[in-house]
Amino acid sequence: MPELDALDRRIIDNLQGDFPLCDEPYAVAARQLGISGEELLERLRRLLDTRVLTRFGPLVHIERMGGAFVLAALQVPDGRYDEVADLVNALPEVAHNYRREHALNMWFVLATEAQDGIAAAIARIEEATGLPVHAFPKEREYFVEMKLAARA
Amino acid sequence: MNGAAKLDAVDRALIVATQGGLPLVARPYHVVGEQIGIGAEEVIARLQALLEAGVIRRIGAVPNHYAIGWTANGMTVWDVADERVDALGVRVGSLDFVTHCYRRPRALPAWPYNLFAMVHGSSRDEVRDKAARIAALLGEASRGGDILFSTRILKKAGLRI
Repeated sequence: MPELDALDRRIIDNLQGDFPLCDEPYAVAARQLGISGEELLERLRRLLDTRVLTRFGPLVHIERMGGAFVLAALQVPDGRYDEVADLVNALPEVAHNYRREHALNMWFVLATEAQDGIAAAIARIEEATGLPVHAFPKEREYFVEMKLAARA
Repeated sequence: MNGAAKLDAVDRALIVATQGGLPLVARPYHVVGEQIGIGAEEVIARLQALLEAGVIRRIGAVPNHYAIGWTANGMTVWDVADERVDALGVRVGSLDFVTHCYRRPRALPAWPYNLFAMVHGSSRDEVRDKAARIAALLGEASRGGDILFSTRILKKAGLRI
């Protein structure tokens, strides 16, 4: 894990939203942190290069674009885990995928622009892997706010 | 709640151009505007409108939570009585350590759980402590629960259209 200093942590904690919409937004954001725009850009480049940040930019809520977003799971036999992960990850509709400790041991999110894209993606995964996909579409969203302060 | 916003071709082009990240240059909205053939002022106005419509949740840093110290990640799942799950889901979602909270269908008999709450911590014990607080809040409305710890990120591409 890359070492983070106090400024890195302040950047991560203060820039998870409300990035300015103006001519020179990095300079404006940097001023609030007491540094220069160039220094902020340099830090962001390093945080992205070292994968402390997965990206810097807009976080899109795909359902509001008319798309669909479904959590799904597979029960993958141990000996086939890497092979199945490659097959699943190969689909562009798979936004993220996690190994979890449970009989259902592969949990991924399918995100598609068209509502009927989910069923097609599930069919492709079932065909490619020979395993049944368990889909858990959300019925209600109670809360979503993925903002975590830097602890490292 | 999930009504789709009306997006035109320029909105779509703007999202496609920025979903991988904003350019790391002093005037990023100018660069994006040049890519899609509109001015920086229009980029800014459209991003503002997309934020207000909820199509863009927020603009900023998206951390890899493992790299910033949140090394334990547990998807806590609960079998909550149908008539109480909505009221309790709102309360679980308002706990300060829950980052996502949803109601999802059960898949009986193998999967009895209908309430999903994502919990992060610096250790598994911290996640277990937080799950115990959720269990306490749910009380007798919950017939059982589990914590599915993640052991590996297999893919994290973010959403792409």
